Amino acid sequence: MSGLPIYWMAIVLMMVGLYTVIARDNLVKKIMGLNLFQVAVIMLYVSMGKVEEGTAPILDHGHLPEGFQHFSNPLPHVLMLTAIVVGVATTALGLALAVRIKEEYGTVEEDEIVLMDQALERGEG
Amino acid sequence: MTQKTPMRMQDKIILRVVSKALIPPILLFALYVQFHGDFGPGGGFQAGVIFAAGLVLFGVIFGLDAVQEVFPPIWVEILTAVGVLLYGGVGVVSIMLGGEFLNYDVLHLPGPMHGQHLGIFLVELGVGITVASAMTAIFYFFAGRATKR
Amino acid sequence: MEAPTPHEVEVVHRTLTDHLPILQVIIPLLAAPLCVLLRERALVRGMAIGVAWTCLAISVTLLQHVMEHGVISYAVGGWDAPFGIEYRIDLLNAYILVVVSAIAAVVFPFGRGGEGLALNPARVHLFYAALLLCLCGLLGMAATGDAFNIFVFLEISSLASYSLIALGRGRRALRAAYSYLVMGTIGGTFFLIGIGLLYQTTGTLNIVDLHDRLQPVIGSRTVVVAFAFLVVGLGIKLALFPLHQWLPNAYTHAPAKISAFLAATATKVGFYVLLRVLFTIFGATFVFTTLRLHNLLLPMSLAAMFVGSLAAIAQTDIKRLLAYSSIAQIGYMTLGVSMGNVDGLAGGIVHLFNHAMMKGGLFLVVACVVLRTGSAKIDDMAGLGRKMPLTMAAFVVGGLSLIGVPATVGFVSKWYLVKGALERGWEPVALLILLSSLLAVIYVWRVLEVIYFRERPEGAKEVGEVDATMLIPTWILIGAAVFFGLRAELTSQVALDTARMLLGTGL
Repeated sequence: MSGLPIYWMAIVLMMVGLYTVIARDNLVKKIMGLNLFQVAVIMLYVSMGKVEEGTAPILDHGHLPEGFQHFSNPLPHVLMLTAIVVGVATTALGLALAVRIKEEYGTVEEDEIVLMDQALERGEG
Repeated sequence: MTQKTPMRMQDKIILRVVSKALIPPILLFALYVQFHGDFGPGGGFQAGVIFAAGLVLFGVIFGLDAVQEVFPPIWVEILTAVGVLLYGGVGVVSIMLGGEFLNYDVLHLPGPMHGQHLGIFLVELGVGITVASAMTAIFYFFAGRATKR
Repeated sequence: MEAPTPHEVEVVHRTLTDHLPILQVIIPLLAAPLCVLLRERALVRGMAIGVAWTCLAISVTLLQHVMEHGVISYAVGGWDAPFGIEYRIDLLNAYILVVVSAIAAVVFPFGRGGEGLALNPARVHLFYAALLLCLCGLLGMAATGDAFNIFVFLEISSLASYSLIALGRGRRALRAAYSYLVMGTIGGTFFLIGIGLLYQTTGTLNIVDLHDRLQPVIGSRTVVVAFAFLVVGLGIKLALFPLHQWLPNAYTHAPAKISAFLAATATKVGFYVLLRVLFTIFGATFVFTTLRLHNLLLPMSLAAMFVGSLAAIAQTDIKRLLAYSSIAQIGYMTLGVSMGNVDGLAGGIVHLFNHAMMKGGLFLVVACVVLRTGSAKIDDMAGLGRKMPLTMAAFVVGGLSLIGVPATVGFVSKWYLVKGALERGWEPVALLILLSSLLAVIYVWRVLEVIYFRERPEGAKEVGEVDATMLIPTWILIGAAVFFGLRAELTSQVALDTARMLLGTGL
């Protein structure tokens, strides 16, 4: 049962993130939502690695540290290191695109951008 | 702020002194995390981020020009590539020595233990260099855009 | 200090051939930073082309090897499966690797480099770096046998493609790239959640090992939820209806050469990963007997075919037309999967190859047109049939293949799909396949009518035929669409064998 609260927290965080992505018009806020969404998954993974009464998986002169029977699973953490890198790259690229959009459109509000594009299409048609 | 011309951050004595005191330990700590990574927690990615954080702090306080003088953008671009090549180079060398890609065992100087040691050291160094320069590059991009306007 | 686990070094002399599975991926991976260092445009372009052709040579060798000797397994870092990352090349991977690297080998040399990019000419080397990273990601997804590794390569290729799409001219390219980034990241993260749940249940990430270890717990809620996350995440990546919203904008506003490359490869590799998840990880029995996925996949595929084709008919922009047509074609592929029999699945797999050829070729035609006329509006193509006869002839052949006329590849895939539908006892579905082909006739004809039967308006920009650097790649792809339509046994044999392998043992 000990695993349950953390899963709920991960789900809540995930949904907050996803909601932000869907409901916000501001492109920067969307990226923040995306970030929350990814962090929730990272939390989910890291919580998986925890072994009850396990310690950090570092050998102390070739032995388990005293008073411990086993290690926690380090693999999910390593996987998440990669996922964090992916998250950083996505955030940087997303924000870079937002900056370029701001330079081209003069705004980062999606509804205004959509209106500008529609006006442009009507002008062409 | 009460002044008519906004004060630059480097003119604020507390920020200047504290950051000057903090930046060298931050960079040193990055190196510790980098080179101690095969014995304890740490590694290239974490070290790279910490190192870049030191540079970013320097840039925030003393301005983009000052930090770009220390770490010119062209070097950032070059080092980003060099780190990846170092990482991949270890893999290619291990192939040439008859092992699989990134099989450090074959890099043995006296034995496979040392091979593993050297292999992970070089790979993490590559990761550290790339991450530090990539993070700095990201900072340069955004900071550069901000000062233009 | 005693050593924790001293291990012996095996002295096994490996030849370069043994390393081919990994070389396939690391050559483009290492060429990308070299691009950044070399900077010289001609040099970088030459290297990118060389890398693409090397990858093609490697993948063809791998395919031959797999056909003769069976599955190749490569343990990265010397750590054997299931603990280390395994690169596992079977018939399906080898086939996908050939498709992706062949498209890269043809598309990379197209044009003189740097045309139509919203990029400072001094930074074109970064464009090639991104292109090579995208190739590396796509090949990596296809080559690896580790579920988490698939995620990593998925993100490498996606991040590279977001930045490539953003290089399109006009500010709408930025918006298209942004929404693709948001959608793609949600898709990728869903995939990651799915893998996480599977790892939590089984404790392994190796896809073959996952299959074995999932069998005792296959019906549990965690596994079913993992399945849902994986399929929805991949559905976004391969633009499966109704998760296709990002695709038309992305392909419309990307530089034309990039549209050709991505349309021919990115969704195909997504489809490949879907096949892996369905058949290798979960197994056909679970997917079709327990979950009855075809009840969901069949209507979605049919909807994709019709919504895609109908939307294509309504378009005024040729790139957007082709993009909607892509959604319809992806519908054919998933339709083949939903049939769950050898012929249907082979139809889907062979259509993957065929669609890559014809859609790649058609987008290259559009790239030629855009470079000459500066516009991708269908109306602006009026009278081009006389001005650019060779390019437009390529469009005719590609268009016929989209429709599925005999002697083109489009016919081969539809033949197998109809055969699969009849075998399954789904006569109405067979009829719908033919009906949707009629819709393809309409949207292809609309374009042909403008090209051949309308006069070039007075005062329109004077245009001529494009040069050989563009014509040759275009005609290679279009020619392949005819060649493999006439010699259908070459591709369909591989597809049938692959389908049998996927449905049979599940490995």
